[in-house]
Amino acid sequence: MLRDYVPVMLMMLVGAGFGVVAVVLSSALGPKRRSRVKKETYECGMTTQGATYAPTPIKYYVVALLFLVFDLECVFMYPWAVHYKSLGVFGFVEMVIFMVVLFVCYVYVWKKGALEWE
Amino acid sequence: MLEFVVPALNLKAILPQLILALTALTVLLVDVFAGKDGKTSLGGLSLIGVVAALVTLFLSRGDFESAYAGMLAVDGFGFFITLIICLVALLSILVAISYEKVCPEIRSGEFYSLLLFAAFGMSFMGSASNLIMIFVALETMSISIYVLAGFKRDNLKSIESALKYFLLGAFASGFLLFGFALIYGAAGTLDIVKLGSFFTAHPDLLHQPLVMGGVALMTVGFGFKIAMFPFHMWTPDVYEGAPSVVTGFMATGVKAAAFAALVRVFFVAFAALQTDWTTIMWIAALLTMTVGNLIAISQTNIKRMLAYSSIAHAGYLLIGFVVGSEIARSAILFYLLGYAFANIGAFAVISAMGSKGEEYNELSDFQGVGFKYPMLGLTMSIFLFSMAGIPPAAGFMGKFFIFSEAIKAGYVWLAIFGVINSVISLYYYLGVIVRMYFKDPEREISIAAPAGTLVAALSLAAFGVLQMGIFPSYVWDLARASAKMLM
Repeated sequence: MLRDYVPVMLMMLVGAGFGVVAVVLSSALGPKRRSRVKKETYECGMTTQGATYAPTPIKYYVVALLFLVFDLECVFMYPWAVHYKSLGVFGFVEMVIFMVVLFVCYVYVWKKGALEWE
Repeated sequence: MLEFVVPALNLKAILPQLILALTALTVLLVDVFAGKDGKTSLGGLSLIGVVAALVTLFLSRGDFESAYAGMLAVDGFGFFITLIICLVALLSILVAISYEKVCPEIRSGEFYSLLLFAAFGMSFMGSASNLIMIFVALETMSISIYVLAGFKRDNLKSIESALKYFLLGAFASGFLLFGFALIYGAAGTLDIVKLGSFFTAHPDLLHQPLVMGGVALMTVGFGFKIAMFPFHMWTPDVYEGAPSVVTGFMATGVKAAAFAALVRVFFVAFAALQTDWTTIMWIAALLTMTVGNLIAISQTNIKRMLAYSSIAHAGYLLIGFVVGSEIARSAILFYLLGYAFANIGAFAVISAMGSKGEEYNELSDFQGVGFKYPMLGLTMSIFLFSMAGIPPAAGFMGKFFIFSEAIKAGYVWLAIFGVINSVISLYYYLGVIVRMYFKDPEREISIAAPAGTLVAALSLAAFGVLQMGIFPSYVWDLARASAKMLM
């Protein structure tokens, strides 16, 4: 029974091993030239001005969340599209119901003004 | 390629839940399209939805056995849990409409639709017949409740309550899901009925670490939701900070739904393991009620006190769970309904104890309330009598059924501990009544006269409590018939 999980275990070992090997090798083989500039938080780019701890406007979270929701809608559509013919009318109706529910949420989000940036 | 077979959906079998979900969506739309006047109708609209769900629930009773290709068991057990959930939602909405005056934030489509979505999830949890379905229903319920707990956005306690519940709840969901995964690894199916027959057919597999670990992790996950010792730590903080109407809703609805899923999973899927988990649950039941009752005594805030009392009630319910006979399962259902009426009623009174933006939740605030506000005092006394288990209230009959069945099944000590705990709990329940009637108020509090909907909710809850206590046979027969049909 447990033998069925050997490929999964292998996959996990390879995945973990790759991470460990990559980190260890690069720190062992890479040249190390330390300098003051390299120790700064942002080695490349602008020097920071003012307090670095600033709250992020909640708008970003809202947009990220909405993106996630509608992106997932697409993810559900792919398998449906692949099996469109075999799923037939049943699949179509189910998908329409799913999209109607999401559409209601979309209307709600729009009317609430969550899509406006200013 | 596999041939696709259209599964038997039986949409009619889940009509009550569908109505709840559709009402929730409608409320959202009405909220954004109607102007300021429309906002006052949101509560009424939700009420109509819940009443329609209740009516269809009774009309379609017994018509079906399962829906969605075995994902849902539309049996008596699911029926009774959905009945409890619908009543809880009905009372909560009635209370919420009057609570809008104290806490204006909840006058919004989000509040009512989240409440309905939570009820939708709870009801599916009661009839889910597949572990994945249980998880989806649990998350639908929990995520709605996390948001509801933090609905007073500018109140620190409310935010603390939502954050604590969310972090710990997400952690508990992880435990539950990991338990499901281990069980799937051991048995190769997630269907509860198939799991049951698999474990009966393969007794040699029962005690391998995979199964034991899975059962243990699932106990943790469910234990968190029903506030079982030692997973009860979140309860007082969450119950105290959440808006009172939400506290009442989650203290009863979440407990009923999680208990339903616990009973279904353990009695159907893990029936073969009963001797193993009975011992653990025996200890858990004893500790849950003792810890809940002892800590409740020293509370000065009534919401925290009722939070500990709700832990204690989980302990009494676990006695029924340990006994495990069919009558004991009916007793659990009966007790859940009686507890729901009493607890929602008590939180309705607490939510009435406030005026604009301020709530009076300290026990000392209840001094003198009995004569000043006779309606609140009288109904609160009825609800507290019921929770303490004094006749003629529902709580007495519920405890009577559970304890007498425990003695019949040979769990005499557990029943004795249960009775001792009931006596302990008398102290703090009666303490509130003594304060209401025999002590003079410490400070002047002014609260608005109870609104019509609140009076309706209080009378309905008080009627339920007294009806189940004085004429228990109707609900008891219903519970007996429902518990028989656990698939």
